[in-house]
Amino acid sequence: MAQKKKLTAKVISQANIAPDIYDMWIETELALGAKAGQFICIYTKERSTLLPRPISICEVNAERTALRVVYRVVGAGTNEFSSYTAGTSVEILGTLGNGFPIEAGQDKSVVLFGGGIGIPPMLQTAKEIEGDVHAFLGYRDNQLFLAEEFKQYATLHIATEDGSVGTKGNVLDALKESGIKPDVIMACGPMPMLRAIKKCAEELDIPAYISLEEHMACGVGACLGCVCKTKEKDHHSHVHNARICTDGPVFEAKEVEI
Amino acid sequence: MNTKVTIAGVEFKNPVMTASGTFGSGMEYGEFVDLNRLGAVVTKGVANVPWPGNPTPRVAETYGGMLNAIGLQNPGIDVFIERDIPFLKQYDTKIIVNVCGKSVEDYCEVVEKLGDQPVDMLEINVSCPNVKEGAIAFGQKADALFNITKEIKKYAKQPVIMKLSPNVTDITEMAKAAEAAGADALSLINTITGMKIDVHRRKFAIANKTGGLSGPAIKPVAVRMVYQVANAVQIPIIGMGGIANAEDALEFILAGATAVSIGAMNFVNPYTTVETVDGIESYMKRYGIEDINTLIGAVK
Repeated sequence: MAQKKKLTAKVISQANIAPDIYDMWIETELALGAKAGQFICIYTKERSTLLPRPISICEVNAERTALRVVYRVVGAGTNEFSSYTAGTSVEILGTLGNGFPIEAGQDKSVVLFGGGIGIPPMLQTAKEIEGDVHAFLGYRDNQLFLAEEFKQYATLHIATEDGSVGTKGNVLDALKESGIKPDVIMACGPMPMLRAIKKCAEELDIPAYISLEEHMACGVGACLGCVCKTKEKDHHSHVHNARICTDGPVFEAKEVEI
Repeated sequence: MNTKVTIAGVEFKNPVMTASGTFGSGMEYGEFVDLNRLGAVVTKGVANVPWPGNPTPRVAETYGGMLNAIGLQNPGIDVFIERDIPFLKQYDTKIIVNVCGKSVEDYCEVVEKLGDQPVDMLEINVSCPNVKEGAIAFGQKADALFNITKEIKKYAKQPVIMKLSPNVTDITEMAKAAEAAGADALSLINTITGMKIDVHRRKFAIANKTGGLSGPAIKPVAVRMVYQVANAVQIPIIGMGGIANAEDALEFILAGATAVSIGAMNFVNPYTTVETVDGIESYMKRYGIEDINTLIGAVK
C-alpha cells in the first residue's frame, strides 16, 4: 500500500456542474497509487475550520498524475474549496481508505449504485471493472451530473425522485424495472439507500460492497470518531466498531449493521 | 543544547508528547512521523475490559477547535498489553499509558496489570467528560480525586500522572489534592465540556449531546490553568490544550509545564509533533538557550 502523505497540491481546473456540485481536478503524486472508492482529505486555508474534509476520489487521470473530486457545497469548508481555480494550492492528505474490491467484479454482472453525492466514486469504479457493468444513478431531479460520463464504462440507468428522467423513484426501483440480475453490487449513497441495498443483496444472496461515511477528525484511524457497528469483532477495536476511514469506507454489506 | 526533561525520575529526550486519545498507540501516525523523535507516546485510554464507546456522530468541528465524545472506546488491557506495548517497544521513545475506569477497582486492576509491563509512566484519566460512569466523577471533587489517587498509588509500579479536568471551579484545589495523595505528576488540561447544535437539522451535532472541546480555541484557558497549577504545587506538569506548533508548546513551558502534549492538532497536521520538536530546537538556537529546563516556569 502506498504511504499516506499530507502534501500541497495544485488545482488544475474547477467547474460548477450542477447546483452546489463542483468538479475539481487536482495535480498530485497521490494519484499514482489511488484506487476507486478511496478518498482524500482536503484542508481549508481558513484556520478557524481546522478539520480535514474527507472527499471521495471520482476519477484518476490516465497518466496517474491527477485526481478528480466531485463534491457538494454543504458548509464553510466545501464553500471555500468551490472558490479555488486553476493554480490554487491545496493541502491534501491521502490516499485514504480501502476502496472497492475491483477484482470481485471481474467478468461478472456488476451493478453499481450511486445516489446523489455518492455518485462520484462510482465513476472510477465503473472505469476499472472489466465486466458487464450496469450503473444505476439516483438523482433528485434532472440535474444529472456525471451521468453522461458513465456511458463510456457502463450501461446507464437513471432514477429521479421527481420522475423527470428515467425511473421515478430510487435506484432499486430502477433495478427492478430493468430486470437485471447482478452477481455483485457496489454502492455509495445516502444511508437509507445503503440499507435498502443491504437488504436487497441479502434477498438475492449476492455480495454488496457499500461505501459508508461518518464525521471524521483524523482520517487515518487514530481518533475513533468514524466508527460503524460490525457483525464480527474487528482486529483493531475488539468491540465491533470498525473505523470507516481505515477499515472502510467500503464494507461488505453483510458485515456491517447500518 | 539540552532538550531533555525529567519527570518523576523518568528522562525524556525532549518535552514533546502526544495527548491521550488523539494518537492511538502511535501505529497510525507512525506512517507520518518517526516515533523515535518524540519525548513520549501517551496512549489512548485503556480500561480493564473492552469499551464500545459512544454512538456516532462522535466528533464535530467548532470555531478553531472540535468537540469529541468518543466515549473512551478501547480494546481492553489484555489486548493492549499483547499488541500495543510490543509495538511501542520497537521505538526509542517513552511509553505513558493512559488508564480509564468506571470504578476505583477498575483503575486499580489496569494499573496492577501494567505493573510488570515495560511502560514508563501511567496517566490516570479522571477527567473524560464523555462517559457516564467513572472518569470525570473522580476528577471534579477534591476528596474523590485524593482517594482514587491514593488507592492507585498503592498498586502502581510506575510513576503516576493524574490528568486533570478543566471543568472545575478551581483547578488548583484538584491539583493540590492529587499532590497530597502522592501523585508524581499532573497533566492538564483535558477537554472543556461543550455543545454544538445543528440549526438546520435542529439536532445536537454529536450523539452524546455534549462533548469535549479541544484545539487552538482552548489554548489560552489551558495556559492559564497550567500557570495557576504550577504556582500551586511542586510536582511536574505536562501541559496541553490546542498546541499547534513550537511557539504554543513554549508558551506552556514558560507558564510552568515540564513537558507538553500535542492533541487535536495531530488531526489537522499529522506532522505537528516532530515539527514542534524541531521548532523548539530552533527557538533555543535563536535565543542561545543551552538547557530547556531553564525555560520551565520562566515567566512569573
